[in-house]
Amino acid sequence: MRRTLHYDAVVVGAGVAGLTAAARLAESGARVCVLAKGVGSTHLAPGTVDVLGYEPDGSEPPRRVDSPARALPAFVAERTDHPYALLGVDSIRPALEWFAERIEHGPQQGYRYLGEMERNHLLPTAVGAARPSALVPETMAAGDLRGTGPICVVGLHPLRDLWASLCAANIVRLGVEARAVEVGLDVDRPDENALGLARRFEDPGFRRTFADRLAPQLRDDERVALPAVLGVRDPHGVWSELETWLGRPVFEIPTVPPSVPGMRVSDALRAALRAAGGRLVVGAEVGGAERDGERVTALQAHTAGRDTTYAARWVVLATGGFNSGALALGSDWVVRETVLGLPVRGAPAPGARRFVPEYFGEQPMSRVGVAVDPNQRAEGLENVIVAGAALPGAEPWREGSGEGIAITSGHRAAELVRAEEGLGAAV
Amino acid sequence: MTEVLHELLRGSLDHCVKCTICETACPFSNATPLFPGPKYAGPQAERYRVEDEPSVEWSVDYCSGCGICTQVCPQGVKIAELNAQARHKRKQESGVPLRDRLIARPTVLGRLGTPVAPLANATLRSRPFRAAVERAFGVHRDAPVPRFAGRTFRSFARRHSSPPASRRVVYFHGCGTEYYEPDVGEKTVAVLEHNGFQVEIPKQGCCGLPLQSNGLFDDARKYVLRLARALAPQARDGALIVGNATSCTLMLKREAREILGLADDPELKLVSERTYDVCELLLELHDRGELKTHMQPVNEVVAYHAPCQQQGHWIGKPALELLDLVPGLEVRELDARCCGIAGTYGLKREKYDIAMATGADLFRQIGASQAGSVACDSETCRWQIEHATNKPSAHPIELLHRAYGLPPAGADSKRSTLRGVMTRNVERVRNRART
Repeated sequence: MRRTLHYDAVVVGAGVAGLTAAARLAESGARVCVLAKGVGSTHLAPGTVDVLGYEPDGSEPPRRVDSPARALPAFVAERTDHPYALLGVDSIRPALEWFAERIEHGPQQGYRYLGEMERNHLLPTAVGAARPSALVPETMAAGDLRGTGPICVVGLHPLRDLWASLCAANIVRLGVEARAVEVGLDVDRPDENALGLARRFEDPGFRRTFADRLAPQLRDDERVALPAVLGVRDPHGVWSELETWLGRPVFEIPTVPPSVPGMRVSDALRAALRAAGGRLVVGAEVGGAERDGERVTALQAHTAGRDTTYAARWVVLATGGFNSGALALGSDWVVRETVLGLPVRGAPAPGARRFVPEYFGEQPMSRVGVAVDPNQRAEGLENVIVAGAALPGAEPWREGSGEGIAITSGHRAAELVRAEEGLGAAV
Repeated sequence: MTEVLHELLRGSLDHCVKCTICETACPFSNATPLFPGPKYAGPQAERYRVEDEPSVEWSVDYCSGCGICTQVCPQGVKIAELNAQARHKRKQESGVPLRDRLIARPTVLGRLGTPVAPLANATLRSRPFRAAVERAFGVHRDAPVPRFAGRTFRSFARRHSSPPASRRVVYFHGCGTEYYEPDVGEKTVAVLEHNGFQVEIPKQGCCGLPLQSNGLFDDARKYVLRLARALAPQARDGALIVGNATSCTLMLKREAREILGLADDPELKLVSERTYDVCELLLELHDRGELKTHMQPVNEVVAYHAPCQQQGHWIGKPALELLDLVPGLEVRELDARCCGIAGTYGLKREKYDIAMATGADLFRQIGASQAGSVACDSETCRWQIEHATNKPSAHPIELLHRAYGLPPAGADSKRSTLRGVMTRNVERVRNRART
């Protein structure tokens, strides 16, 4: 027998864009399957939803955005090739609302995101820099640097991923009163990471001991900053209990990967997909496609022993950019889309400058993405819709726009398929 | 050939960006500091591993070989495969204990135990005996060991003739079915026949997976090639090979070729390409509208755990979708990673506690799920789950068998008096709790 499975839509990639598109489609009644080479970049991202944090305008550092809602119309007017210009500023808000609802009704009971497009939060990073972000987990919101109260940054021994004194010293340089303390935890391994601690914090006895050790070191009006380790499955429970016990605001600061808040996002979106009847296949790398004229009719996925064919009416390509290997730059300086061999757009012209020496500078090569039409369709193909970091024209790490683009483009990809297929509204 | 393969695996190291995603998913490093995690033991330690020079670190012995790291890696690094090879090298240097040589040979144990099943079962449940075995051999006294069925699946297969049908499959039953759970094999055959397959059951042996995971690569190669020779003739005639032992079908599909360096063996390749996990096959049948969906209600709540090696097929969780077809059956998907047993890992004295700690999250979820039983595709995982939770565990195919209302398995054995899968398993768990 021929090894083919049939779906209304196959989504390639299990990051925020792919899971958003897939869950939204499944909620509309479509038969959906997500194919992913591995776990998506959720586990590496801080778990905040950055919509627009900066307007890179050549100045260093780039101009910070206080209100994405106010800044976006001019931002896209000046950058007609930017994903937000393509997606339309109006499609951002409903997508973010959809996302926030999925978290709120997700598997982490009570856990929710706070904020809106009107005003960015300004949260401290693990090195004490200020980072603007539109939607943030409730467990981070009290960290807003414009909020009241000095900050006590708590280092957790033996976690090496938040150096409290460095973080506090840099927060002080931002004009906010801060100091560092260190609390030793009863942990039997010297290499414990954030995830290991997050699992331990889900044990009430463990966090009680921690709170008892921390409480005497705190001053009256201080808020407490902790590395983001307050539980994977029940962050609301862990965080709210610590706030009660310590009698003051407590907030998480995202650390280097593995990112516990990012894993919560992945868990919640996967749960939404599963609840809507969608399928998730991790480990199956897509390595080719069958085409019929301007349509992709099926994808070939590398599965154990042989390939499996996934036939689909629609393909949502949410494979990411260079970081995930979805785009590759050859020694011939040609950028290739590695999954389906699609045409790309936005690469520097031959002879033009490709890179600048500053790592976080404006890298001409970084705007490359899959060439799409206004409906996110890959150039020359009727039924392949592109979402997330595979889209051209953005510099998410300079703009603070990664999750905003991922959620909005994933959500809109689902809307486009829904409209074409005449599917019902999402439940 | 082996060297070429090893270089290909090593080449994948260059893709490691140290993102730690494998560390978030590793069931074992999260339970013991003795295994620092797939990234440390894999891409990082591999830089210090030089051919013809002694192994430089030993933590890979505490890797169970479950393969989850490779599955979740977004960059395609063959972490588990490299660590399996490092473990093999390490074991070659240090020597493999008698215990590991024994527990890695289910066919030997099965042949010894089957004729004297009542005695063997009683002995294996005797506390003093187990304490002595633990001291002498290092098999943990509390580790779950299955019950010999007292009859082999082969004895059924010899007598059984499958009705002619247009579709033909070869049934690969594995050692667990052969010696401990022949009724699961009978039900698998019945479900396949019910769906229009003619089932052939050639004489067959062990796939070599336990040998491989214990670092006994040479023996593992012999076993898996012998099995491939047994299955290849039918595969060459166009038949598909289908198995219910999900780790053993994965061995045939991928692990033997990637880990043992047998990628180019023509017969193994043929078998590998045509091997199916039984739920995978049935779901494909359903996708084409050819699976029988007339079923009796099963008004129960069942939790489903996808074993690590089932996940290594890279096919998602087809059992979930099949169980969703059963009217009345409420399926709770568990998202904990691993039960900890990893075939023979959790049997070992020095690793039993680690295995139980690894499975703790799963056991807690099972307890919280309010499910009466647990469906799971791998037999050693089922035994571990029953051991740790006192809840009965069955292969998903057993639930389908029941929903189809097919005649009970083991018609010629005493077990035929028992009503259903769960009844039988409940007894088994109760017996264990009593001993």
